[in-house]
Amino acid sequence: MKLLYFAWLRARVGCAEEEIELSPAVRDVAGLLDWLRSRGGGYAEALRDLSIVRVAVNHDYVGLEHPVQEGDEVAIFPPVTGG
Amino acid sequence: MIRVQREDFDVGAELERLAAGNHRIGGVASFIGLVRDMGGRERVSALTLEHYPGMTEKKLGEIETEAHRRWPLDAALIIHRYGRLEAGDRIVLVAAASPHREAALAACQFLIDWLKTDAPFWKREETPEGDRWVESRAEDKVAKRRWTAHPE
Repeated sequence: MKLLYFAWLRARVGCAEEEIELSPAVRDVAGLLDWLRSRGGGYAEALRDLSIVRVAVNHDYVGLEHPVQEGDEVAIFPPVTGG
Repeated sequence: MIRVQREDFDVGAELERLAAGNHRIGGVASFIGLVRDMGGRERVSALTLEHYPGMTEKKLGEIETEAHRRWPLDAALIIHRYGRLEAGDRIVLVAAASPHREAALAACQFLIDWLKTDAPFWKREETPEGDRWVESRAEDKVAKRRWTAHPE
């Protein structure tokens, strides 16, 4: 699975993108975020407050209950500020 | 039409092209977003716009399609820049063309309101105290909700 990070989330996590092997225990976005937080360090800090975290799976916004699977592109970023 | 680009755009030329050759169009409404030099208490001399290539184009395309679904438009345009921009620089141009002004004006506001909350762009401002990421504004969500609550 490909993970992408943007804006201050990228800075806190410390990388723009990474390939991960999905743990069989991870079934949805909430599970993925829990798994990332368990890595500690910048991940735990970046994902502490989910009210300022948005997630897109394959270029569409999704909620915490949305399923994830191997082959997905998952992007994690703050609320957008364009325009 | 959707464009995501680093370089500046010529507003006059873009608006002219939008209506060129289509004499059904009676009005073109447009909005231009600029880099403000006051981002709060401190001066903002420049900002860098980051985006999510792929998702940006998809979301802008969906916003354009939704505008066409809601209003009788002959053409719609969204151009959004990324990269480093200085105070006064153009960031975004949205425009809508229709036989009548009501649809053009409403669609133009709709395009910029939805873009603000849905298109994956992030601004990082440069200030004398250092760089900082711009936070999203609650007012932008309220502006979008207006269109969600009362679809035409």
